[in-house]
Amino acid sequence: MKLQTHAWPSTYDGEAQPRKGFFTDTSVCIGCKACEVACKEWNRVPESPQGFTGHSYDNTIDLGANTWRHVAFVEQRKEVDLESAGGELVQYASLEQLMGQSGLDTYQDGDGVRWLMASDVCKHCTDAACLEVCPTGALFRTEFGTVVVQEDVCNGCGYCVPACPFGVLDQREGDGRVWKCTLCYDRLKDDKEPACAHACPTNSIKFGDLDDLREEAEERLRALSDAGAEKAQLYLHDSGDGVGGAGAFFLLLDEPEVYGLPPDPVDTTRELGSTWAAVGVAAVGLGAAVAASVLGGRR
Amino acid sequence: MSAAGGTAGREAQPASTRDSYYGQPVIKQPVWHPEIPWYFFAGGLAGASATLALACERSHPELARRAWWTALAGVSVSPPLLISDLGRPSRFLNMLRMFKITSPMSVGSWVLAGSGTSTGVVCLHLLTGRGPRAARLAKPVAALLGLPLATYTGALIAQTAVPAWHEARRELPALFAAGAAVSAGAAATALAPAQDAEPARRLALIGAIAELGLVAAMEHRLDELGEVYHEGSAGAYGRLARGLTAGGAIILAGPGRRRRAAAVAGSAALLAGAVCERWSVFKAGFQSASDPKYTVASQRRRVRGGRGHGASRRAVGAAQ
Repeated sequence: MKLQTHAWPSTYDGEAQPRKGFFTDTSVCIGCKACEVACKEWNRVPESPQGFTGHSYDNTIDLGANTWRHVAFVEQRKEVDLESAGGELVQYASLEQLMGQSGLDTYQDGDGVRWLMASDVCKHCTDAACLEVCPTGALFRTEFGTVVVQEDVCNGCGYCVPACPFGVLDQREGDGRVWKCTLCYDRLKDDKEPACAHACPTNSIKFGDLDDLREEAEERLRALSDAGAEKAQLYLHDSGDGVGGAGAFFLLLDEPEVYGLPPDPVDTTRELGSTWAAVGVAAVGLGAAVAASVLGGRR
Repeated sequence: MSAAGGTAGREAQPASTRDSYYGQPVIKQPVWHPEIPWYFFAGGLAGASATLALACERSHPELARRAWWTALAGVSVSPPLLISDLGRPSRFLNMLRMFKITSPMSVGSWVLAGSGTSTGVVCLHLLTGRGPRAARLAKPVAALLGLPLATYTGALIAQTAVPAWHEARRELPALFAAGAAVSAGAAATALAPAQDAEPARRLALIGAIAELGLVAAMEHRLDELGEVYHEGSAGAYGRLARGLTAGGAIILAGPGRRRRAAAVAGSAALLAGAVCERWSVFKAGFQSASDPKYTVASQRRRVRGGRGHGASRRAVGAAQ
């Protein structure tokens, strides 16, 4: 049994807008962090001094209350044996062809190191566990199909924090409420693209109508795959996945977990029917145990 | 969470880096504080006590009377515990802004509100003799709401992305129900005169046996994900809980039958065991969320076994 909140587009009637989203094409991300900065500035997100990690160029670490965009840096050393060197030549040739087409360099493979970069963000899931478990209704679905926290309603119960399968939401210290990416709800209302997409110099973060983005992503995946990027994959692109597809989806060059993303995320609300059934059985069992305890002595 | 500092109470990061992003957790640890496991205990104690009170009202009025007061104590401390855990305690009334079946916390807030009100009416009548008709109406309401009050907390934590909680969703409500039976039974046994305590004693024993069995069943189901119930503070609380529950049950079943001192000692051990079991489950969730291996490995296994939901898709015709 699937219990779910259906808010978009049905409850908006004529005010419903086409669903908006991000397609983050990590193959052209250069790790400049312009998205992180633009997001902070536009949304007035407080500083997040998280120290020096030594993890490549990543001192942002993860998404949280004060980090709504997070650029991951993964350094992978390529194997240098004869067999893989041969494969690399083929890959190199096809990548050169791709670079010629796009005018963009995707890897630094001169010294045998592959540098993966990816800008992570709230996924704005179709089936959003955070929104479902929110007891106050602070988390809601906008007319653009995005998921936003109403800061004047949130009472900081923290339920959405462990409910999110991507670890996006967190409580802000000293404030008590939870905060996350709004997909620049204010800018969308003003017909402007979100700050991060606007600032991205390589168009790695593409913003638009979700339907268009999904088509564009298909083409891009095909091009990369033809060019020999064998692990290239679309992540959260399909509406059949565990979160019903995401408003913010990705093109990755390696497995999701390499970037710190879960390989098979599921909206926990999918199991809600059976979970409530377990509560019902437990409640009846408790009632029966009490009855048996009281009646057991009357012999 | 951040490398420097972070929210107090969260587990330190493990060193594992394989199949993860520098060993960073994939999901966030809960932000809940020690109030929450204490609430799980108080809510369970209150809920099962109200049910016990109504059930034994005719046969054991003295026991019922004490169980009603125990229920009131439990539902009285619960709201302060929950409110103080909020990031914005002044906005606690927002909990009753709506009723959402998809949010166990929303459902639970209403159950607690109803349970607290009805138990309050019953106890007001016990104390002052006022409102006999209202009390007659409130008694079955409190007794019935006590059952979900004692069990919904299992759904509350199961309805998260935390592997050690979510994958135990079938067992957690029953485990909490058993703990509630132990708590209510033990509290009433300790409070009531020996000749009236028999039903409470039986309830505590039934609950103790069920709790020990359900912990084993839950760990069997969780398999590798259940590791966390044996490690760190979750493991320590778990061992303590099993020892106290088993020990308390033996005392209550033997010398506790006749000797009041033994009954009180056994009951105290059982109550402490119920508290420790809630703490064990609570801590296990933090440990499970803090290590990416639990999140990634179980999901990767699903994908490899063809039971994945298809989050990742390569180009058609590409080598898999």
